[in-house]
Amino acid sequence: MARTLISIRNITKRFGNFAAVDDVSLEIAEGEFFALLGPSGCGKTTLLRMLAGLEMPTEGTILIDGEDMSRVPPNKRPVNMVFQSYAVFPHMSVKANVGYGLRIEKVARDEIDARVREALALVKLEGLEERKPDQLSGGQRQRVALARALVKRPRVLLLDEPLSALDAKLREQMRSELAQIQEKVGVTFVMVTHDQDEALAMATRCGVMHRGVLQQVAAPSDLYEYPNNRFVADFIGSVNLFEGRLSVDEPDRAVIETELGVAIHVDHGVTGATDATLWAAIRPEKILMTHRAEGASPPQEVNVMPGIVRHLAYLGNETLYEVEVAGARRIKVTRSNVARYEERGFSGGEPVWLSWHPRAPAVLLS
Amino acid sequence: MSRTSPPAPLDYLRRWPLRAWVAAVAFFLYAPLVTLILFSFNESRRNIVWTGFTVDWYMQVFQDDGLIEAFVNSLTIAAISTVLSVILGALVAVAVWRFRFPGKAAFEGLLALPIVVPEICMGVAMLVFFSRIMPWPADLPWPLDLGAITIAHVSFSFPFVAVIVRARLLSFNRELEEAARDLGASEWRVFLDVLVPHMRPALVAGALLAFTLSLDDFVITFFTSGPDTVTFPVKVYSMVRFSVTPEVNAASTLLILITVLLTAIGLKLQGKDIARAEGGA
Repeated sequence: MARTLISIRNITKRFGNFAAVDDVSLEIAEGEFFALLGPSGCGKTTLLRMLAGLEMPTEGTILIDGEDMSRVPPNKRPVNMVFQSYAVFPHMSVKANVGYGLRIEKVARDEIDARVREALALVKLEGLEERKPDQLSGGQRQRVALARALVKRPRVLLLDEPLSALDAKLREQMRSELAQIQEKVGVTFVMVTHDQDEALAMATRCGVMHRGVLQQVAAPSDLYEYPNNRFVADFIGSVNLFEGRLSVDEPDRAVIETELGVAIHVDHGVTGATDATLWAAIRPEKILMTHRAEGASPPQEVNVMPGIVRHLAYLGNETLYEVEVAGARRIKVTRSNVARYEERGFSGGEPVWLSWHPRAPAVLLS
Repeated sequence: MSRTSPPAPLDYLRRWPLRAWVAAVAFFLYAPLVTLILFSFNESRRNIVWTGFTVDWYMQVFQDDGLIEAFVNSLTIAAISTVLSVILGALVAVAVWRFRFPGKAAFEGLLALPIVVPEICMGVAMLVFFSRIMPWPADLPWPLDLGAITIAHVSFSFPFVAVIVRARLLSFNRELEEAARDLGASEWRVFLDVLVPHMRPALVAGALLAFTLSLDDFVITFFTSGPDTVTFPVKVYSMVRFSVTPEVNAASTLLILITVLLTAIGLKLQGKDIARAEGGA
């Protein structure tokens, strides 16, 4: 990995008795696109604001480029931010908005003009220099905010829910465009979002936060396939959780006896959880659903259970089934709609087998 | 339209009771003003019967040194007290909006006091203040001799400015301030570059109000003006005590003209600002 640019060390932020950010430590490397992900109120925005200098940490230190920034005011940090409301100055033209930071820095006029032009080209706003913000669409205003921050050539660009105010189509387009811009300028991006799709699609690494605590930091695919705990498993994507206890624990094999009376077999050992309650998490797309005839034997010997389709939701690219199994539990199963119609599809009330590969479940200790 | 269906909102305007009501309101509001303006062009010295058209009274106004002096005094006081009131009012509003401090509620209450205290009480208070506690030196050169009146005017105008600016600040997006800070601006630059432009419509409205309040104030000025510092309303009052001459009408018409013009300019400035601010947030 590249050189560490941001080092967050044991940062805590308290508002009264409430710890919005609770003892968070995190390293972000140069050139990364890092996403802070979590539900609203999890402390991710507070953490971002501490990086910007808009909040001061109660405890801990923040190093940027090896320098202690914990108490440095926002106007003296090599960091710029794109705000959730974009915060484009309403009384200034696009050009004046983008050039504002450079005018404050007292950069020479020719250079300001050149850099503003360059920044506007980067965000594809050429030709709108003289417009006022009230003559721009939401997406264009966001581009102004982005250009205004990037023109300062910050070491780190902070983005607070950058896509949340855009409509769905534009959001998708901006997603790839932001990633492209990041690649082009090579600036380290730190983004806050509550939208897991956004984080998974754009970021090179994500940190999941919950109640002020950093739950897991990993690459998007690792976050999805190897969650640390139930919160992460549930927050990233959709998941079926089975509570149980270990009955077999060998180096290359473990069996979890679940509350549903079905044993879940996995092909790796689970260390340090012999007597404790643990959970197996299986994603809906990792469960295979097959037709179950009366009296027929199951499709495989282990990792299988019978059920009845109770509900289905057609989502276009896939269909989400809710299958009732023992104990009136409903299991979520998705199937890709690989053909436009099926000879024998699954409909409500149909008896089915649910089965999965021993590598499908993630075993969670907490 | 059938008789039983309830009338549409605009329909009320077509019914005679409402029209009569509107006419009555308009009559009581504007008839006195129209009469005043009309009779400023009346030939007769007495303000009762119309005898013919003339502009002599306006000529006379421009030749009446006492009246001109009072008029200039009034405009000077209004201009100075407007500038001071806007600065003071805006700063107070920002302080109250921005900071939390002990006794803030009491401070805000005291701020509104000059708005609600009867003018006559303010006048007497000013009289006592300037005669006992802080006598304004006599024989100062113009315009320093207007100091006492100006201070009195600022003291009752700036709370109006503060109230208007404070209301405007409620719609300020704090992220604009943070964005400016983030882009490198010091607190002072943030104030000048972001907060003042946002406040501008309120500053214009406040200035307008402060100016007209000062220009037409009679009661408080009456108690604070010395023999040599007469303002326009006080001068008109002393003229009217002898008789209501068309000269007074002419002078008043001029005053109305000035205020209407200033208001129109102010509203136009404000309209532009508000349109911009609301479209661009």
